[in-house]
Amino acid sequence: MNQNIIQINQPILSIQNLSVAYDKDKLAVKDVTAGIKKNAITAIMGPSGCGKTTLLRAINRMHELYPNITTTGQIKLYDENIYDMSTIKLRRKVGMVFQRPNPFPTLSIYDNVIAGYKLNGIRLKRSERDEVVETSLRNVALWEEVKNSLHKKGNFLSGGQQQRLCIARALAFKPEVILLDEPTSALDPIATAKIEDLLIDLKESYTIVLVTHNMSQAARISDNAMYMYLGELIEYDETTRIFTNPQNVSTQNYITGRFG
Amino acid sequence: MRHLEQELVALRQDVIDMWKLVISQVSNSGEAILSFNKEMAQKVAMREKKVDAYELKIDSECENIIALYQPVAVDLRFLLAVLKINSNLERIGDFAYGISRVLISNPTVILDAELIMDTNLRVMVEHVNKMLLQGLDAFENEQPDLASAIFSEDFQVDEINKNATQLFADYIQKSPDRAFDCLQLFSTFRRLERIGDHCSNIAEEIFFYIDAKVLKHSEKL
Repeated sequence: MNQNIIQINQPILSIQNLSVAYDKDKLAVKDVTAGIKKNAITAIMGPSGCGKTTLLRAINRMHELYPNITTTGQIKLYDENIYDMSTIKLRRKVGMVFQRPNPFPTLSIYDNVIAGYKLNGIRLKRSERDEVVETSLRNVALWEEVKNSLHKKGNFLSGGQQQRLCIARALAFKPEVILLDEPTSALDPIATAKIEDLLIDLKESYTIVLVTHNMSQAARISDNAMYMYLGELIEYDETTRIFTNPQNVSTQNYITGRFG
Repeated sequence: MRHLEQELVALRQDVIDMWKLVISQVSNSGEAILSFNKEMAQKVAMREKKVDAYELKIDSECENIIALYQPVAVDLRFLLAVLKINSNLERIGDFAYGISRVLISNPTVILDAELIMDTNLRVMVEHVNKMLLQGLDAFENEQPDLASAIFSEDFQVDEINKNATQLFADYIQKSPDRAFDCLQLFSTFRRLERIGDHCSNIAEEIFFYIDAKVLKHSEKL
């Protein structure tokens, strides 16, 4: 198949010949090589089962939670192979936000934000904790909405607020990269617009990789976009080019809704 | 067939129908001038409103498709090209109407048959008719190569117009009493030359739509 993959200068993440198999004979991700641009939003698109979530999860080794998984190739964060790092260190640098907002239901908003520190046994002074909580919540534009109810449980918030809380939780560790797996698929259009605006603001300080089924969303907010099909990276280009003049017929058929 | 595809098929058919109407308008207005046929000129004038109605219909269809389906890639390029082709075709329709008005608005006008022959009006009319047909062929068959011939045809139309200008100037100097009629005929050349330019614009849009190439403001020959 005719591939079109752009080269990224000085990528923050370099994915090199990455293959992931859940079974011996079934590759979910096939020999993917791509760079991820720093301080940009990279969208991963493709039909269900194309390997986009597996690729995203491989970037912070979340996919290793599945039994019998085999991974070949490598992913470098700057010059460091993530498979040589501890997962604790890696996940501090590469945070993940999931499809459904999943704040810890028994924890307060405050404790949700610093949950990562608590779970990792990292002790912070009260003043440091307060600063992490406030900065993280301000970064997701949630501070003004919740500053008077920090010690209430997170699950009283609306869906969009809960998802922003989850992003705040991912930001609390000051990661380099934030991975988001369809972060707005459970949200209404207004909450979706808020998250999209937030992601555009966040790329000033973070690198964002986003799996999305919503092609309009990929078109609106991403700088670069990948199209995957049957585990292969078919096309990777600037988003404006993908949505105006894709080079691969399969990409064109997918984004114009003729297939997938 | 998906809804979007149905809408695009219907839109394409409307553009083709408008194109065919404009071709007949240009061909009839040219023939009316060449054969001094006022009846044919009236026919062109009567159908001008139909061209305008197509323009409004196609604009509205494009607006609806963009608002309802948010097309991308080839579909988006098609719509953008159609919007521009539509306004170019409407302008061409206006010029055909303008040519026919020479006979309708000036019942006493007498066009010098010898001057018509010397200035190559018939050849010019044939060129613009051909350009419109080549454009339609390229659009219908999605073959931009067929549209590339339009650029060289336009060059020839420009040449005929340039040469005719000198002949008209000489004619007016020799027969100043015929200046008014002569200028009426000259306006036909100017309009045909503009039709040629609009055909070139259309050819550029066909390249953009099919090959995603931008030829605007570049050397084509």
